[in-house]
Amino acid sequence: MNFDQARFSRDDHYEPLLSEKDSTTVEVDADGVLPDDLTRDELTLPGLSEPQLARHYTRLSQMNYSVELGPYPLGSCTMKYNPSFTEDVAADPNAAVHPDRSDRTIQGTLGLLHGLQEQLAEIGGMDAVTLQPPAGAAGEFTGILIAKAYHEARGDDRSEIIIPASAHGTNFASAALAGYDVVELPSDEDGRVDIEALDAAISEETAALMLTNPNTLGLFERDILEISEMVHDAGGLLYYDGANFNALLGRARPGDMGFDIMHYNVHKTFATPHGGGGPGAGPVGVVDELADYLPSPMVRETAAGYELFEPESSIGKVHGFGGNWLVLVKAYAYIARLGDSGLSDASAKAVLNANYLASQLDLEVPYGPFHHEFAATSGDRDAADVAKRMLDYGVHPPTTKWPELVSQAMLTEPTEVEDKASLDDLAHAFNAAYADSDEALETAPTKTSARRIDQVSAARNPRLSWQALGDDE
Amino acid sequence: MFEIPDDRKYLESHEWTTTDGDTVKIGISDFAQDELGDVVFVELPDEGDEITAGDEFGVVESIKAVSDLYAPVSGTVVAVNEDLFDAPELVNEDPYGDGWMLELEPSSSDEFDDLLSPEEYREQTE
Repeated sequence: MNFDQARFSRDDHYEPLLSEKDSTTVEVDADGVLPDDLTRDELTLPGLSEPQLARHYTRLSQMNYSVELGPYPLGSCTMKYNPSFTEDVAADPNAAVHPDRSDRTIQGTLGLLHGLQEQLAEIGGMDAVTLQPPAGAAGEFTGILIAKAYHEARGDDRSEIIIPASAHGTNFASAALAGYDVVELPSDEDGRVDIEALDAAISEETAALMLTNPNTLGLFERDILEISEMVHDAGGLLYYDGANFNALLGRARPGDMGFDIMHYNVHKTFATPHGGGGPGAGPVGVVDELADYLPSPMVRETAAGYELFEPESSIGKVHGFGGNWLVLVKAYAYIARLGDSGLSDASAKAVLNANYLASQLDLEVPYGPFHHEFAATSGDRDAADVAKRMLDYGVHPPTTKWPELVSQAMLTEPTEVEDKASLDDLAHAFNAAYADSDEALETAPTKTSARRIDQVSAARNPRLSWQALGDDE
Repeated sequence: MFEIPDDRKYLESHEWTTTDGDTVKIGISDFAQDELGDVVFVELPDEGDEITAGDEFGVVESIKAVSDLYAPVSGTVVAVNEDLFDAPELVNEDPYGDGWMLELEPSSSDEFDDLLSPEEYREQTE
């Protein structure tokens, strides 16, 4: 595939900002109820016509790259395409209901939330689910607070959380933020949890073990039942990081593997939009024994209809009302449209696509068998340079240099949405970039609207606001 | 071939310390700066802080990695190289000179015996 990205620039500067295109000062009528020190007499705004404005944003969109233009195989991010019907559902005027109304008048809203609680519980093998946490990492934090509340209620003061070295960085942060010491667990030579090291790490201080399954190399933790028994025998809880749940959807359930708490990344597994700062959602599921600690409010069904309630020993609120409603509506719509067979078909194709793509690569994949993602290595070539060169072949590159277990890692997750032609395009981009000359790699990309970024200058002299644009070096 | 001056001692984690006088200077080796690549940020303790041999005393960040800095010896910080806050590239350009990080008043002279000699450190980097 040939690729040349649109590039609007003048004197080597990209499409100017609106404020650079025009800046018109207008007087404003400041008479009003607000005090003088809170009002202005004049305001400077870009004075542009509608076509100027339309062209500006269309140009920016053409200089961008998204999953609507081509594959986006960022490993561990699950950048699947979000079907647009979910946006239609969320845009329905009936979905725009203020949450601060009596339960009796928002039965439809509560019914949908209750339905999603039930769906997620069924899919994860959990007994109860809160929809309130506003992101995956917020879900992790919520889950660890629940674990803490559980231990404290039993008068069992524990200080440690065990996390594999290959885990997502948010696991370490969530545990530390909840006040725990983190015990880092090395991987065994197959890239999985080292059972002997786990045995040595577990003690009566162990509050929980946090695990991703399949792990960040895409490998299934085969010893999960043994791991579960070891943690539970020591009085600890088992936490499931749902970031890679797309691999198991409709086929295996964390609850059946012995996990007590899990979070769902609805933006990965159930195709709600990836944040960009939010709003997002990171529902948390728990087993019966922990249901009383869930955040408030939850939705339950009674003979008189749906109602909100506060779990008996609730850890409190982690976000407003029932969570980020419109995100939850999209997750509900996606699950309802796909149904049982559609969800298990998604995980099957996610795994098939990853394995087909890997089979077409000239790069080595040191660990396997893998599920929905794999860590290839670019060997003696710099993974970041290979990735930048891949841009020139019209695809988004994979996650690079992580997990650290694989040197020069290229963590690749094509997701279930790519067809064979698109996987072949990806394989071509990998192989062509990997075989390119040193010079081609060091100067890439050359066909994108933004060329090689000077990362050193960007890191040493960050301009974090448009107000810093005029600053000298 | 990386420069490993003979007038100081080293840690396996690639920090160096001078050994003479009432105060010693601490930094990272030529090998370390080369491995890190372009340094973009350095975080150091304050003057007057106590640091302990083997413990983390700061952080060095490059475009490739964020690494902890470990103290070769224990003591009280008497000076911090504030030039690094505006010009972290000094760590790359002159790791044994202008790229120094801390000046320390050591609490004991015994700890210097546990450090690597230039020859031992050279073997480690080869």
